[in-house]
Amino acid sequence: MKARGAAVAWLLACAAALAQTTPANTRRSGFETMSPRIQAMQRDDQQNPGMLWVADGEVLWNKIFGISFSCASCHGDARKSMRGVAAHYPDWDPIEKKPLDLTQRINLCRTRHQQVLPLPPESEEMLGLEAYVAYQSRGMPLTPSPARELDAPRERGRRLYEQRIGQLNLSCSLCHDKLPGHVLAGATIPQGHVNGYPTYRLEWQGMGSLQRRIRNCLSGVRAEPPPFNSDEMIELELYLAQRSAGMALETPSVRP
Amino acid sequence: MARSLIHAPATARKGEVVEIRTLIAHPMETGYRAGADGRTLPRDIIRRFACRYNGEVVFSADLYPAISANPYLAFSVVADASGTLTFTWEGDNGFAQTESATITVS
Repeated sequence: MKARGAAVAWLLACAAALAQTTPANTRRSGFETMSPRIQAMQRDDQQNPGMLWVADGEVLWNKIFGISFSCASCHGDARKSMRGVAAHYPDWDPIEKKPLDLTQRINLCRTRHQQVLPLPPESEEMLGLEAYVAYQSRGMPLTPSPARELDAPRERGRRLYEQRIGQLNLSCSLCHDKLPGHVLAGATIPQGHVNGYPTYRLEWQGMGSLQRRIRNCLSGVRAEPPPFNSDEMIELELYLAQRSAGMALETPSVRP
Repeated sequence: MARSLIHAPATARKGEVVEIRTLIAHPMETGYRAGADGRTLPRDIIRRFACRYNGEVVFSADLYPAISANPYLAFSVVADASGTLTFTWEGDNGFAQTESATITVS
């Protein structure tokens, strides 16, 4: 009986593992699958090129824009006020009545309060500010916003993640849930966690956002990538944040 | 904007070998790539880096187009006197940047 009980328990454990393809205890940050030399580069703040953007972001945080406001005029010392903030984005905005990611939130502050033009996506200034804000949450677990309004867009994001797309007819899930650890064109497929953005990619020789990374993957499967900050992008970001919930934020991460 | 990161120890024992690490933001455009309009982007690289220890060159390097953006250089110097380490980067289009760090040797 005891053996049968153990067998049943084992089967139940297998079923649970199948139900969620990447259970929490087997999740690996992309950090763990890269070479020790790149890991050392990320760990050492004097060697991590992402810290250049963090330093730029700090300058911008204290710079006065528009009608004599800097970010610091309202938010004060980012090391205190921004601690943990990046870990729960994308979040619901009750005024816009839609989910916003961190860069959209920063731009809203610019247009609503500083009354200056929004920064274009992937601009050095935006990447700097985003990196500086996210850096304040380094080491903290990703804790997606619990707002109920996010359930529907997050579910749409999950469907996008699992939908086959492009001329190669692949979904995100096919590689990042079913084949992580395998090699694709000489590169190890990571589990696709979002705990290090914006990230310094050696291939880009620069900093880039999660949206840039997603667009990169989409053109890889020869699909038409949605534009920056489109609803689909934010929905994907919402689902991906949920998928990586609890993992420690690494911003600014370094990736091959 | 703050565009370089330097790691040099503030204190050292006399005769100790210390590691210096430098990182600078620079596109290191090779001069071989095509831009969005199809035209070749002009070369824009750092050509020379030098570290001076109380005025004397203790390490220098020539850089070439194959070196990636935001070049990182690490090297060792023997700490033999208190003073200043000066780092200079020079390159195309009149690029020049100088940074310094002080070291106390006991």
